[in-house]
Amino acid sequence: MFAYIAKRLLMMVGVVLGVVFVVFTIMYITPGDPAEIMLGETATYAEKETLREQLGLNEPFLVQFGNYSKNLFLRGDLGISYTTKQSVSSEILERFPTTLMLAVLGVAVAVGIGIPLGIISAIRQYTVFDNISLVLALTGVSMPNFWQGMMMIILFSVWLGWFPSSGFNTPLHWLMPALTIGTSSAAMIMRMTRSSMLEVVRQDYICTARAKGLKESTVIIKHALRNSLIPVITVAGLQFGALLGGSVITESIFSIPGVGKLMVDAVKQRNGPMVQGGVLFTAIIFSFVNLFVDIVYTYIDPRIRSQYSRKAKKGRKAPHE
Amino acid sequence: MSENPLPLEKENEVYSRKSWWGEVWGRLYLNKMAMAGLAILIILVLAAIFADAIAPFGYDDQNLNETFLRPSLSHLFGTDNFGRDIFSRILYGARISLTVGLFSVSISVVAGGLLGAVSAYYGHMTDNVIMRLVDVFLAIPGILLSISIASALGPGLMNMMIAVGIGSLPTYARVTRAAVLSIKEQEFIEAAVSVGASNFRVILRHILPNCLAPIIVQATLGVASAILVAASMSFIGLGLEPPTPEWGAMLSVGRPFIRDHWHIVTFPGIMIMFTIFALNVFGDGLRDALDPRLKR
Amino acid sequence: MFFEIKDLSIHYSTGGNTFKAVNHIDLSVEKGQTIGLVGETGAGKTSTALGIMNLVPNPPGRIVSGEILLEGKDILKMSKIETRRVRGNRISMIFQDPMTSLNPTITVGEQLSEVIRVHQKASKIEATLKAKEMLETVGISGDRYGEYPHQFSGGMKQRVVISMALACNPELLIADEPTTALDVTIQAQVLELMKKLKNDFDASMLMITHDLGVVAEICDSVAIMYAGEIIEFGSLEDIFDSPSHPYTVLLFGCVPDIDSDVKRLTPIEGLMPDPSRLPEGCHFYPRCPKRIPICAGEAPVNVEIGDGHKVKCFLFGKGAALN
Repeated sequence: MFAYIAKRLLMMVGVVLGVVFVVFTIMYITPGDPAEIMLGETATYAEKETLREQLGLNEPFLVQFGNYSKNLFLRGDLGISYTTKQSVSSEILERFPTTLMLAVLGVAVAVGIGIPLGIISAIRQYTVFDNISLVLALTGVSMPNFWQGMMMIILFSVWLGWFPSSGFNTPLHWLMPALTIGTSSAAMIMRMTRSSMLEVVRQDYICTARAKGLKESTVIIKHALRNSLIPVITVAGLQFGALLGGSVITESIFSIPGVGKLMVDAVKQRNGPMVQGGVLFTAIIFSFVNLFVDIVYTYIDPRIRSQYSRKAKKGRKAPHE
Repeated sequence: MSENPLPLEKENEVYSRKSWWGEVWGRLYLNKMAMAGLAILIILVLAAIFADAIAPFGYDDQNLNETFLRPSLSHLFGTDNFGRDIFSRILYGARISLTVGLFSVSISVVAGGLLGAVSAYYGHMTDNVIMRLVDVFLAIPGILLSISIASALGPGLMNMMIAVGIGSLPTYARVTRAAVLSIKEQEFIEAAVSVGASNFRVILRHILPNCLAPIIVQATLGVASAILVAASMSFIGLGLEPPTPEWGAMLSVGRPFIRDHWHIVTFPGIMIMFTIFALNVFGDGLRDALDPRLKR
Repeated sequence: MFFEIKDLSIHYSTGGNTFKAVNHIDLSVEKGQTIGLVGETGAGKTSTALGIMNLVPNPPGRIVSGEILLEGKDILKMSKIETRRVRGNRISMIFQDPMTSLNPTITVGEQLSEVIRVHQKASKIEATLKAKEMLETVGISGDRYGEYPHQFSGGMKQRVVISMALACNPELLIADEPTTALDVTIQAQVLELMKKLKNDFDASMLMITHDLGVVAEICDSVAIMYAGEIIEFGSLEDIFDSPSHPYTVLLFGCVPDIDSDVKRLTPIEGLMPDPSRLPEGCHFYPRCPKRIPICAGEAPVNVEIGDGHKVKCFLFGKGAALN
C-alpha cells in the first residue's frame, strides 16, 4: 500500500512538471507587454526596458522556464503579480481557504443530495419519485451554474430577501454559492448512484443477504451501498476538478474573494503570473484529490487493495485451496 | 427504369437491407425523451439558420427610448439596457452557440480522436508519451485550460472555439483510445494487416469506423458542454466582444441590472438550458440506442 | 409433516408476457429427509427455492398462489419480521454460484458472524467465535476470518456459503445446485461435506440439481420437475429402478451408465416449452414419444402407482384404461 502511494506521488510529480511547462508556455505566448501592464502606458521605453531586464523577460524561453520552475520548486515562489506587485503565491494562499471551503461545500451538496436521491430512485425504480428525480437531474446538468446563481439571487435575495447576494462570511452566505457550484455535480452523482445501485441489487450476494434474514435496510446500506459506491467515487473525484473550475464562475457571481475570483480578475487585467499561478495551484490540488480518491477506492474495494499489495509482494502468497 | 420488372415498392424491398444504422434509428425512435431532444435541436438549428427571417429586429438595433421593457407582444422577451430586442438577440445567439458547439467539438474529436487512435494502435512508447501528455492536460480542469488558452489567443469567435476545443481534447483522446484498444485485437484487423494494408489505412478504414459509437455519443454530449464552457467564458468576459449576441455574453452584460430587471438574464439562460437539455437527452438516448446492452 | 409446499405457482411478467415458471407444485419434506428436485435448466427449480424463502424478485416475479407451511404456519402469510426470523435461521439457502453469492467488499468472517448476530442473541465476540468455529467445521482455518471472498478459491467459497447456511442450525436447508459451478474434483468433496453436516446438524434438505449422480449420492426421495410442474415423485429406489413418466425415462437415457453397454446416449428431442406459451394439456406432450390423443387436450393429474410413488401422466390410471 505504501509502495503504491509512493509510486503515485512520483507519477504526480511528473504530471505537475508537465502542467508547469504547459501553463508556462501558454502564458509565454500570451500577447501583451508585462512591463507596460505594470508601469502603465505613460512609462518611457527606458523604464520599461529596465523592468523587463529586472524580471528576466529578455531571457530566452528555456531560461525563463528554468528560472520559473526553480523558483517554484525550491521556494514555492510563483512570481510577482503585475497589478499588485505582491507575491503571487502568498496572494493565492491567502485566498485559498475560501475557495477550499466553497469546493468542500460544493462536494457536500453534490454527495449529500446526489447519493441519497440516487439510492432512493434506484430502490423505487420507475415510480413517480424516480421520474421526478430524473427530470431534476437533467435540469440540474443543463443549467449553466452562473445563470443558476443569478436566478437564485433574483429569487432569494432580491424578491424574498432571505439570503445575502454577495460575500462569504457566514453560513447564510454559503448556501446559494454551495448550491450553485454543486448542483450539476449532484445531478451527475445521482444518476451514477442510481444506475450503479440498480446493477448491484441484481447481484447474487444481495439475494444471499436477504436469505440470511437481514432487514431490507441492512441489505441496502451494508451490502449494496458499499459496492455501488465504487464507480460513484470515481465520478465524485472527477467532479471535484469540475468544482474547482466552477469556483471561477461562482466566486465572480457572489463576489467571493477566493482564488477563482482572483484568476478571473487576473485574466481581465492580463496579469500573466497570477493566471499561471492560479491554474498551476488548482491543477496541483486536483492531482492530490485524485490521489486521495484512488486511495479511498482501495479502501472500499478490497480486491483492488490486494491487487496492489500482491504486486508489491510479487507472488509471495497466492490463494490456495 | 422502364426495364425494371419490379414495381417500386418491391424494388425498395429488395434493396432495403435493414442496416445497423436503421436499427439504431429504430431504437432511438422509440425513446420519447431522445425524440423530444431531437425536436428541440431541429427547431434550434432552423431558428439559427433563418434568424434573419424570423427575428423581428436586428441583433444590434438599439432604441434608447425603449430600454428595459418588460416582455410584451412587441418584444416577446423584453428589451435590454440599449433597448435591443432580447428575443431577436437570442435567435442570432443560437447561431453563435451552435457554431461554437459544433466547431469546437469537431476540433477535439478530430485532433483528440487521432491522438487516441494513434496512441492505441501503435502502443508501447507512442502510447506512453501521448497518454502522459493527456494526463498533464487532464490535470488542469477543462474550463481553466480553456480560459488560459483563450487569454493567450485573444478575443474572437475563432479563438474561442479553438480554446474550448483544446480544453476538451484530452477526454476525446482517452475515449477513442479505449474504443480502439477494444477493436484492435479483433481478427478482421489482423486480416487487414495481413493483406498488406498500410497502418494509416487500417486506422482510418477499419478501426475508426468500428469505434464510432462511443465517439459519437461523447461528441453529442460534448457539444453540450462546449456550449456551456463557451457561455461561461463569455460570461466572465473572455471570448466574444459586444455587441455579439452570444448567450453567455448577454447574461454577463445583463448582470448589473438583475435587481430591477429580471427578464434580461432570465431568457438567455433558459435558452442555454433548453439547448443543453436537448443535447443531453438526445445523447443519452443515442447511447442507449447504439448499445442496447448498456441500457439500465 | 414438518414442511409442506401446497399448490405453489410463480409467474414472471415482463413486457406484457407472463412466464409461468412454477405451476401448482405440491411437495413435502419430513424431518431429517433429503429430497432431490431434479430438472433441466429453466424447469422452475430455482424459482421454487426462492418461492420457499419468499424471495422471488418482485417485480417482475409474483407468487400467484399456494402455501408454504413450516410446521403448519404459512411463510407467505407471515409478517416481514416473522419472515426474517425464518430466513437464514429455520430455513437457509445455499446458492448456485459461490463466486457471486458472497459480498466482495465484506470479509468472509463478517458475512458469517452477521447471520449469527441477527438470529441468536450473541454479542459481537460470541458471534465471531462461533463464526470461526463454523469455518473450522467446513474445513477452513479460523484464521482466515478477516479475509475477503476474492482471496478464496471457488470450492472454499462454497464451503463458506455452506457454513453460513448452517450457522444457525436450520431445520431445512435448500441447496440450489451447490456443486454445479465447481470443478469436478471439488464437487465430490463439497457434496460429501454437505451430506455429513446435514446429518451432524440434523437438518432436512431440499437438493436442487440437474445431476442425477448427485441425487443418487445424497437423496432419500426425488421429485422430477418439468416446465414448472412436478411430474413424478417417489423414493430414490422408485425413481432409479422404475422410472415411470416418459420424461423421467428419457432423462435417464441422457446419463451414461458404465454397467450397461449402450452404444450412444439418447438425447430428448426438442426443447422445453416457452414458459410464456405452455402447451395445453400435458406440458411434455410435444416432446413425448409415447403421447396419446388425450395428452393434447387435457392436463394429467397425479396418479399414485406405488407406495408414495406418484406420476402425472395419462399412461397410468385413468389414461391407461383409455389407452
